[in-house]
Amino acid sequence: MTLQDVLLSVVGLVAVAGGVAVVTTKQLVRAGLWLVVALGAVAVEFLLLGAEFAAWVQVLIYVGAVVVLLLFAVMLTRAPIGRSSDLDRPALPATLVGAASGLGLAALFVGVFGQFQVPAPAVGTAERIGDSVFGAWVLPFEVLSILLLAALVGAIVLSRPAAPAPQDASADAVAQGSSR
Amino acid sequence: MIRPVIPLVTAALLFGLGAYGVLRRRNAVLVLMSVELMLNAVNLVLVTGDTMRERVTGQVFALFVIVIAAAEVGVGLALVLRLFRLRQDINIDQVALDDEPRTGPPFAAPALADARSGAAAGAPTLDGEQA
Repeated sequence: MTLQDVLLSVVGLVAVAGGVAVVTTKQLVRAGLWLVVALGAVAVEFLLLGAEFAAWVQVLIYVGAVVVLLLFAVMLTRAPIGRSSDLDRPALPATLVGAASGLGLAALFVGVFGQFQVPAPAVGTAERIGDSVFGAWVLPFEVLSILLLAALVGAIVLSRPAAPAPQDASADAVAQGSSR
Repeated sequence: MIRPVIPLVTAALLFGLGAYGVLRRRNAVLVLMSVELMLNAVNLVLVTGDTMRERVTGQVFALFVIVIAAAEVGVGLALVLRLFRLRQDINIDQVALDDEPRTGPPFAAPALADARSGAAAGAPTLDGEQA
């Protein structure tokens, strides 16, 4: 066990503990805050594995944007502050599937990579990733930007308030088409 | 030297926890949070694979997965808010897809199908009056 192994184990335990708290807590807002712990611990694991750029993107997008969005949703859906009683379904099928997939995958990884050791990675810079993204993977990158735009437009269309006049985007299109 | 089995086992456990949460939770926002846990476990496997092979392809894919997760959570939360506006509730056990929405002040909003049929029947929308 080297120092990096110990650090990876400790941070991994923090991540798993945060994940357990996310899926078991009875308070909606605290689930969001525990998600910050779990995702931040995964970002630290990225750092320890030499993926510095991915780590900071993780911090910026997940901890910064996604968790804030989730907390906004908790707020906008008027979630009760404090304990909620009806958050959970019966536990048995979820426990079966979760334990089977999680422990099964863990056993598989231990069986395959149990004694495998690799040299500690050098801290990677963004330069190599940039070369790769804009070299071999430039087409998926561009397609992904179109996907983001489509998701943005879709989110706006879905969340437009339809309160005073009963119309949505398709009704708009129909009305404008008939007026021309 | 590092043992890649440690982050891999962490990722497997996080994935299992995410699957548990998706199946166990009733609140739509909590289901989305569990999905984020599963996506993060996949990212951790990709980055660890990079470390083992001394390449950056896994990191590139991890970045792609992060972007897709951001798009997914944006659309998912828009759907959750729409559901809340229609039914005043985001309990996903009680979503009947062919059900009439419970409308009531202050969030009285018609279902999508109602708005469409209304526009097709020439309901007096704002644009229609201008035409």
